[in-house]
Amino acid sequence: MSIKDPEAKKPGSGFSRRGFLQGVGVGGGALSTGVLENEAQAQTPANVISGETAITLQINGKPYKTTVEPRRTLLDVMRDQLDLTAAKRVCDRGTCGACTVIVDNKAMYSCTVLAIDAQGKKIETLEGIAQGRNPHPIVNAFVANDAQQCGYCTPGFVVASKAFLDRNPSPTFDQVKEGLGGNLCRCGTYVGIRKAVLEASAKLKGGR
Amino acid sequence: MPSYSWPEPEKRKIIGQRISRLDGLDKSSGRAKYPSDRNPQGLLYAVLLTSPHAHAKVRSIDTSAAEKMKGVTGVRVISKPGTEIQWAGTEVAIVAATSEPLARDAVRAIKVDYEVLPHFVREEDLSKVGARAKPAGEQITGDPEAGFKDAEVTSEGTYAIPVITHCCLEPHGAVIQWEGDKVNYWPSTQAVSTVANELARNLEIPATNVRVQMEHMGGGFGSKFPADRWHIESAHLSKASGGKPVKVFLDRASELTIAGVRPSHFAKIKMGAKKDGTITAWQSESWSTGGFAGGGMAPLPYVFNKIPNFRLNHTAVSLNTGPIRAWRAPNHPQASFLTCSAFEDLAAKLNMDPITFFEKNLQFTPRPDIYKRQLAKGAEMIDWKKNWHPRGQGSGVIRRGLGLGINSWGGAGHASKARTIIHPDGSVELEIGTQDLGVGTRTVLAMIAAESFGLPMSMIKVKLGDNQYPVSGPSGGSTTVGGVSSSTRKATINALTKLFEAIAPSLNTTPDQLEAIDGRIRVIGNPDKGMSWKQACQKLGVTPINEMGENDPKKPEGLNTAGAAGVQMADVTVDTETGRVKLNRLVAVQDCGLIVNPKTAESQVLGACIMSVCAALTEERVMDPQTGRVLNADMEFYKLAGISDIGEILVHMDITPENDKRGIIGLGEPCAIGGIAAIANAVANATGVRVPQVPLIPKNVLAALHGQGRNA
Amino acid sequence: MLNFEYASPSSLKEATALLGASWADAQVLAGGTDLISLMKDYIESPKRVVNIKNIKELGGISSSKGGLRIGALVTFDELAANAAVRTQFPSLASAVRGVTSPQIRNMGTVGGDLCQRPRCWYYRTGNGLLGMKDGKSLVPTGENRYHAIFGEGPAYFVSPSSLGPALIALGAKAKLVSTTGTREVDIAKFFVAPANDTSREIALAPNEILTEIVIPAAATKNATYEVREKDALDWPLATASVALKMKGDAVESAQVVLGHVAATPYVATQAAEMLAGKTITEDVAEAVGKAAVAGAKPLSDNAYKVQLAKVAVKRALLEAAGKKAV
Repeated sequence: MSIKDPEAKKPGSGFSRRGFLQGVGVGGGALSTGVLENEAQAQTPANVISGETAITLQINGKPYKTTVEPRRTLLDVMRDQLDLTAAKRVCDRGTCGACTVIVDNKAMYSCTVLAIDAQGKKIETLEGIAQGRNPHPIVNAFVANDAQQCGYCTPGFVVASKAFLDRNPSPTFDQVKEGLGGNLCRCGTYVGIRKAVLEASAKLKGGR
Repeated sequence: MPSYSWPEPEKRKIIGQRISRLDGLDKSSGRAKYPSDRNPQGLLYAVLLTSPHAHAKVRSIDTSAAEKMKGVTGVRVISKPGTEIQWAGTEVAIVAATSEPLARDAVRAIKVDYEVLPHFVREEDLSKVGARAKPAGEQITGDPEAGFKDAEVTSEGTYAIPVITHCCLEPHGAVIQWEGDKVNYWPSTQAVSTVANELARNLEIPATNVRVQMEHMGGGFGSKFPADRWHIESAHLSKASGGKPVKVFLDRASELTIAGVRPSHFAKIKMGAKKDGTITAWQSESWSTGGFAGGGMAPLPYVFNKIPNFRLNHTAVSLNTGPIRAWRAPNHPQASFLTCSAFEDLAAKLNMDPITFFEKNLQFTPRPDIYKRQLAKGAEMIDWKKNWHPRGQGSGVIRRGLGLGINSWGGAGHASKARTIIHPDGSVELEIGTQDLGVGTRTVLAMIAAESFGLPMSMIKVKLGDNQYPVSGPSGGSTTVGGVSSSTRKATINALTKLFEAIAPSLNTTPDQLEAIDGRIRVIGNPDKGMSWKQACQKLGVTPINEMGENDPKKPEGLNTAGAAGVQMADVTVDTETGRVKLNRLVAVQDCGLIVNPKTAESQVLGACIMSVCAALTEERVMDPQTGRVLNADMEFYKLAGISDIGEILVHMDITPENDKRGIIGLGEPCAIGGIAAIANAVANATGVRVPQVPLIPKNVLAALHGQGRNA
Repeated sequence: MLNFEYASPSSLKEATALLGASWADAQVLAGGTDLISLMKDYIESPKRVVNIKNIKELGGISSSKGGLRIGALVTFDELAANAAVRTQFPSLASAVRGVTSPQIRNMGTVGGDLCQRPRCWYYRTGNGLLGMKDGKSLVPTGENRYHAIFGEGPAYFVSPSSLGPALIALGAKAKLVSTTGTREVDIAKFFVAPANDTSREIALAPNEILTEIVIPAAATKNATYEVREKDALDWPLATASVALKMKGDAVESAQVVLGHVAATPYVATQAAEMLAGKTITEDVAEAVGKAAVAGAKPLSDNAYKVQLAKVAVKRALLEAAGKKAV
């Protein structure tokens, strides 16, 4: 891992600050010119990170320390490195919702969030929503309404439903349909899901 | 010999109840571990290099750079130099590395030199297919010429349903580990008991050395029977790494390109009928593709296969596209769509209500009475009398219409063995080498065992998803529930008989005078004389009861049978200015046998209806004639209906005493058949125009309405 | 995805300094809904990714005499929830509603919407921005159902922006900042049809960051109408955004802009001019819709989009005028 001064030459990265500033593209040339030093002073230093980097993710209220390359997505880091496998990788292109997590109170596609960018944010996953001592009512509503078959889309739907109910605790049927438009199921469990969200909403109103 | 027959309906305590699936909470809480969730110690990640060309010969392949890359533990060439590739996406090489990104980096460093050959990937225009056509010959029944001569009205049409993919949410793949001379195999499969044989054969090791385990899997729909090439190669990669586990799951693009498709179907259909609606003749020229191997003919004319005079011609078209795999009710949805569309068009020409027309010809089906009842029930559910109007008689921009489709399937139980163990402490285990694809198999088995023993379901431990358990067939063709329920029933009754034998002396009676009810074993007709289940089991001493049960498909002994019919009806709204079709309501009236768990059975039907909505409204694999590649191998342009696209779906199961007597019939396939036809016919009814091809997207609907078709 | 260097500056000044002279050097990461997928598919492989989400000055919506300023980092969700947007610019709110995924609305930003790359499947499967093979575009002779109905090529993809048409109709401007200065561009000129594979479809330079949008404070009746294949998350087949400056019941001046029909949002100037002095009726709306697509040159498989664009204009006009659209 390395957190580097942007002015330092990064071995093997083939990347130079000077190249950028001069608009001549990339080169591995020496950087020890006075011109560059002056330029550097004109800039506010920013951390440029490359290679494996230690990060801490706040997931379900707990800190998870791991090491990632900047290119790793939150989803892959959770699944491959933290053994948080509830969120699933299905389309892997921000379309199907199977990887949905809640970041700073908003449902997001974790396949499309860089893990390194998720540092310092409050991340809620299905593990937190469902596996604690006080699971959210939506979890059991999915069971009661048979809102799942193969179950591979289910975690994403449960998390998306929870985020939706957080914002709209008393939705209408049409609002439920709109509110879950970012998730896809293949087995065809939508009828049960719509009922489950409405049932959980009723439970929330009546107190858990 | 004990009686295995299902308890009389009035005596059932658990069978027939609406039971929530046992693994529901595991799934909705994220605890359920799918094969793709496995992260054993030291895991390696395998990634495929696939061919960008639809037809090419591999000249040479250079893996040297990849082999030297960081984290790489192995590289294997799959398509060796000289291999002729017949579809884009074909597996060319595979890399294992310590992380997935490193494996992907290495895949990009493999250099392949291809000799690119001409490809052919589109079948919709039969006149352009040339040598790729493989005529299947003509089939004639009766005298089609005379039949058409006899007809007072004839109708002709061309109908098309494209190739679609399975798009399993959990991609095809496995975690696999070579450990000494054994292989541990965690595949996402529909065939726990049989997949090891295929793997072992390819690895040249005894099948006994392969252990298969799978608790859950993320969708198969007919595409997950084999030990796929990438599984086999990953086993080799595991061996080469000194026995580290290897995870291999297709990326989405490969999943939609090489992991199976449903064949297309195109047909020019001509039908003749008397003015009263009686069909006199059918003639169809059909063609289809399922990839390089071509595609067989759907069962035409569908269900109405006793039409007296018909002529069938079919042509299989070989394309440089990914191969077919069984897709829920193979070829039936296509056949239903083609047949019911032609029927609806002829009915319109006769100025007949299609329900009347279908009814008029039910003598040509194997089950006239059932369909008649179902048509009436469906009509009631969708308010046909009120909402139907003769074709094209709607007015205004937004028009509504109704349509219908029919289905038929076998669904008898497959070969299955199950073992029941009653422990002296009263606990019960059921072991069976089947798999729960998400249809509720686990739950049904626990229900059946609990029913046999008069115990609550919580006392039954169902163990499945392991090839060390008694062999059960693959889950295909709606054969699972009949098979595993019957073997389980027998195993539990056999075990119970042993228990009765063990305790009869202490109750001063004979085993045949005992029954197990409400957690007690008691003397028939003398409920006070008995003992609790636990007390009874204690009499076993230290030796558990361990009994097998078997379903032999040739001798189902009334526990299961084949033959379920159904009708689906759709109510749609069409915006005639935009061609946008919205489903208001889809109703399914589904024939069935004994239903063990109405809750999960209904979910099966609902799910099948929704799959039909996808295929009717949005789903289509798009091949590019120029690059030979799938253009929409993603979930953005390979369009599955979302939660707001499905309208209201109503299911009616024909749960009746007569049907109950038939025993269990599989339900997975039949309900997945008729919906496409129903929706397509509803659009024809609404607009007055036949949209010849699904999906019913604005492009196709407007082409039919305004003649703005393809220029190709 | 290839590896890259990552920076997450907290000021615009730092951020612009981290950019390069070419897109291969560095790219800006905001919501990520497009860039991450592009990188996974190796369509984009920048050596550096500059995450701008921590730059506070790029967020927020504020009203002033000059109009409504929308920071580039404002998410779709924030935009839709904003009272000023909902009351003054229903066309914008409606365009956001067309993105029916809450996850995308939570992640996607206004700047990202304007800068995202086309969804053309030839581009996304690795044939370059223009989908060229052997010097010829694959689109006209291939699968072009979702492609452009305006323009002569060589760019046949459609601009994917959801907000672009509405912002153009409302006369918005974009502010672009680099280390060397700041410039303002009419949104209408922000979109450009590229002439070759190496140029971009937006006016932004690789060393610039789009920082904000300003919609002038002019009272208009405005609306957006969109046709998709699905109700759930899906790309539009055609959209129309209209903005009408009224004088009593009659239109004084109008803007009509079509989306997803050309390599840029398509400004239907002549059609808009027809509206001057007219009261919007079904017939007027129909005629303007027809005029808006007069120059359309559909490809082999997308003539249906001409019809959709025409209907979208008609319905957007009726909606803007407070009349029943369907």
